[in-house]
Parts: sequence; structure tokens; C-alpha cells
Amino acid sequence: MTATTVPARAPLRIAAPTGQAGVATTALAVARRTILQFLRTPQLIVVSSIQGAMFLLIFRYVFGGAIDVGGVPYVDFLVPGFVVTGVLFSGMGAAAGVADDIDKGFFDRLRSLPVSRTALLGGRSLADTALVTWGLLITVAIGFLVGFRIHGSVGEALAAFGLCIVYGFAFTWVFICIGLLAGSAQAAQGMSLLVFPFTFVSSAYVPVDTMPGWMQPIAEHQPITAMSNAVRSLTLGSPELAGLDGTTSSYVLTSLIWCVGLVAVFAPIAVARYRRG
Amino acid sequence: MPPIIEARGLTKRFGKVQALDGLDLVAEPGQVVAVLGPNGAGKTTFVRSVATLLVPDAGTLHVAGIDALADPRAVRRVIGLAGQYAAVEEAMTGRENLEMVARLFGHDRRTARSNADAVLDQIDLASEGSRLVRTYSGGMRRRLDLGASLVGAPRLLLLDEPTTGLDPRSRVELWDAIRALVDAGTDVLLTTQYLEEADQLAGRVVIVDKGAVIADGTPSELKTQAGRDVVSIHARTLEDLDRIAVLLAPIGAEEPRLDRPTRSVAVPVDGGTAKLAEAVRLLDQASIEIDDLALRRPTLDEVFLALTGEPIAGDAPAPDPAPAPV
Repeated sequence: MTATTVPARAPLRIAAPTGQAGVATTALAVARRTILQFLRTPQLIVVSSIQGAMFLLIFRYVFGGAIDVGGVPYVDFLVPGFVVTGVLFSGMGAAAGVADDIDKGFFDRLRSLPVSRTALLGGRSLADTALVTWGLLITVAIGFLVGFRIHGSVGEALAAFGLCIVYGFAFTWVFICIGLLAGSAQAAQGMSLLVFPFTFVSSAYVPVDTMPGWMQPIAEHQPITAMSNAVRSLTLGSPELAGLDGTTSSYVLTSLIWCVGLVAVFAPIAVARYRRG
Repeated sequence: MPPIIEARGLTKRFGKVQALDGLDLVAEPGQVVAVLGPNGAGKTTFVRSVATLLVPDAGTLHVAGIDALADPRAVRRVIGLAGQYAAVEEAMTGRENLEMVARLFGHDRRTARSNADAVLDQIDLASEGSRLVRTYSGGMRRRLDLGASLVGAPRLLLLDEPTTGLDPRSRVELWDAIRALVDAGTDVLLTTQYLEEADQLAGRVVIVDKGAVIADGTPSELKTQAGRDVVSIHARTLEDLDRIAVLLAPIGAEEPRLDRPTRSVAVPVDGGTAKLAEAVRLLDQASIEIDDLALRRPTLDEVFLALTGEPIAGDAPAPDPAPAPV
């Protein structure tokens, strides 16, 4: 064997861990990483913000003039729906992020550690919910800039905001699932784009009763419509102004049921998939 | 003390691919074991089983005496894994990466920090610890990845092709880092397709092909197993290469093996130095000028060829071992 000079180095002496990382420590440690990843990649922040702003401006000023929603100015109808779909678009990052972590072996590292695997995914979801909340704030701010006003109480508006966060949390599980199943970051991105048609076939941008009869049931019974109706009812102060005939609480309840349902279906799939590797 | 790894009859199938086919491997503590084999031999599947990242279809597996199939979480407390990729976060500093993994290993905040510093020192990244990993070179990332597998003070370090894709200098640096760990008493299981790497680092080499162990021993035992010494000649021109092969065929115990890209011919011989002298004489008589002539022990490449009848089909061939001076 060839003689190799090994640099003089004291052998590594570190203590073996005495305890184990709890669920909260685990989730927070990996959540912190995802958030730092976002904060330290300025391109990501700028691009996602500009994208949101651009679409809002297009809907507000290009399509807006041609759309008549009856009781209220279109901007007041649009912004709640736009905020809801914005949650989806910013949540999509989770799918690509998760797929990328698998690709690059990062998930293998995490899965080889003595921690709860559910907590690892929980941390991911937590971080993505935080990022979604950040996106929400930006969209709402731009909404106000282009003339959106709340017609209900401040409390209702805050409730609407909170509801969007819950909804964002529920959808992070859908995207984490896509990321785990997709196989590559590009595939994950592509699969995420399948939510695109759902955002249009909903009450997010236009009232459902203006759509052809066969399409209305599809548009009526899906989470984006449920959320848009709830958020709109809250910010307009009454469902009537939004052209809806139910009550605000029934719309909020429906959307919460959707959220619970999404988590109940997608979180176990994600966890099972993640454990299996 | 129980063996650090005890695998019996490990079997794993992915669809049509039989990744592990009854693999048996027992590794005692206090040694570096290299699992060597071509792409698709089952090396990575084996390491992933030991790391509890996948569950074998059949067989038993104990790591440090713990039943890995019954209690994978306990196994995760005693292992550190560094995979084929640098699994570190680019948007964090080297120190932040190590602290995060240390926290997940169960260290409190303060110990996580001091362990991270100790490990940074060990892997020669102390002065770069506060820089974002994004600014690191490939070799530095791999060293950090190795470091991340250390902050939990594992008893068994699993290195899955740790130097694949590194330039020669970074590779040597990583080897040094691994050697220092071994000196400190960490057991290591390493997979590699680089024969030289196994030779450099491991006291024991296990050659795996098609999901099973086909040879097992110290590097020198394996070389003996392949038998014959080799007279190795670097030809000056490609035309000379064929002439040399024909000329020296009579002194060889087997057919000369030609490697055109390196313009070299290897003649397995019985009775070392006498045949070397004869080779020199024959070349001199034929007035063929050569670049280099040496008598050497067979390389692990040749061992693999002798054992399987097929050359190792790696992505990147291991660098030629330096020929012993004549």
C-alpha cells in the first residue's frame, strides 16, 4: 500500500446523544430549514410575489371590465377568490421541494435519523404553511392597492384570513403527497399544475351560475369553490352580495369540512409513503 | 461484543430486479469493511437495508446486536449515513447544517453547537463553517455530508460511494478524513466501485455481484486469490501494442490483456522476475521502445475479472495503481 501522509489531527471525541429529539424539536428543526431556504433565495421571493401581482393585475384590469358580478364591484368579488387560488399557487412549491429532497438524498439523511418520520413531514407542512401565509399577506396587500375593500367587519376579515391559513395547511399535505409520489421535481411541478383547471372551474374568479349547466355541479362541489364562497361571504359581510343564497356560517363550515377531509386523506398517504421509502 | 453487522440471507426484489439474492455478511467491530462491486450489484440496496431505509423481503439483519427489522429506530441511534449525494442544505451554513442534524440526533442546543464545531474542525471546514454551503466546492460538500453523519457520534458509519464524482484531489482529502475517523475507533461500512478506494481504506473487502457475496478477504488475500503476478507494459504507440502482445504471449501463463485507451498490455505470468527479465530481452531483440515496464501484483480489477469472468463495469474506472519500480 502506498504510504499516505495523514495530517496530524486529534481524533474526534464527541459525546453520544443522551436523549432523543421530540416531535416538536424535530418538526421545528426541519421547518426552520425550509424557511431559511426560502428567505435566503431572494429570486424565489421576488418571482413568486411578482407572479401573484401580475395575475391579479390582469384579472383586475384586463378581464375585470368585461365581467359583471351584479351587486359589488368586480375587484371586491375577485380578490377573495384570487387570494384562495394564490394559496394553492404558493403551496405548489412544497411538491417540487419535497421531490427535490428525495432526489438529492436529503430525505434519506433525515429518514436515517432516530426521529419520528411523521414529525419530519409535519415540519415540512408547518414551514410551507408559514410560506403560504407570507404569500397571502402579499396578495392581500396588492389587493388593497388595486382597490379592494372589505364590506364586513374587521373581525370577519381576520377570520377569512385565518381560514385561508387553515386551507393552506390542508393543501400543503396534498402537495407533499404529490412531491413524494412524483419521482422528480419536474414531474412534481407538472402534476401540481393539474390544480390549474380546478382554480378556473370554481367560483374563484366568476360566479358559478354563469357557467354551462353541465359544468356547474363540478364547479359547485370542490374545495376551491367552498373556500372562495366562505372567504367572499366574510369579506363582503354577507353571502347575498356575493350572489350566494346560503349563510356565511354554512360556507365557513363547508370549507372547514373540506380542509379536514383533505388532511384526513392526504396526510396518512404521505406518511405511509414516507415511512416505506 | 456482537458483530457490528450481521446479515443472513438478505433478499430484496424491486419488480423484476433481484437486488439482493441471499446476501450474507458478518462484520466484526473495529474494522473498515468495503463492499465492492459494479453498478447494480446490490451495494446500495444493502447499505439502505442496514440504514433502515428499506426493509428486505427475507433474511435477518442485526446492527450492533439490534434486530434492524424489529427495532429500526434503535438502529438509527447507532448509525450515521453519508450517501451518494451531498445531502446538505445549500441555503444554510456548514455549521447550521451540522447543528440541525445534531439536534435531530437528540443533542440539546449547546451540545449540538459544540459537536458541530468539533466536527467542522475534524473535516477541515472550521474556517468555512459560517459560509453558506451554496459557496462550497463539491469536495467540501461531501466532507460536510460526512460530517453530518458524525455529529451523532455513531458507532457505525455507513458510506455509500462517498467519493463518486469527486476530482482526485478531493477524493484523497475525503479519504484522509475517513482514515482519521477510523483511527478514532468508528466502525465503517463503505461501498465503492473504485478498487483503489477499497484498497486504501478497508481492512476487509467484500466483493458483491448480482446481490450476493462472491469473495471476501483482505485486499492482499483477494489479490492472491486471483493468483498470478502481472508484467505490465505501456507501449509508446498503439501499433506497438499489438506487436508487444504477440511477442510476449509465449511467456504468459494466460492470454495477454490489452487496454487500448491507456496503450497498456498486461501479461499474467508464473515465476515473476525471471519472466520480467525475459520480457525485457524479447522487447530489446525486437527493438521495440516502450514507456514503462513493471512487474506487479494483480489489481482488484483483475481480481474481479478472475472471479466473475467479467470486467467491472463502473462509471469511471479507478486510476491505475502506481507500478512498482523495476
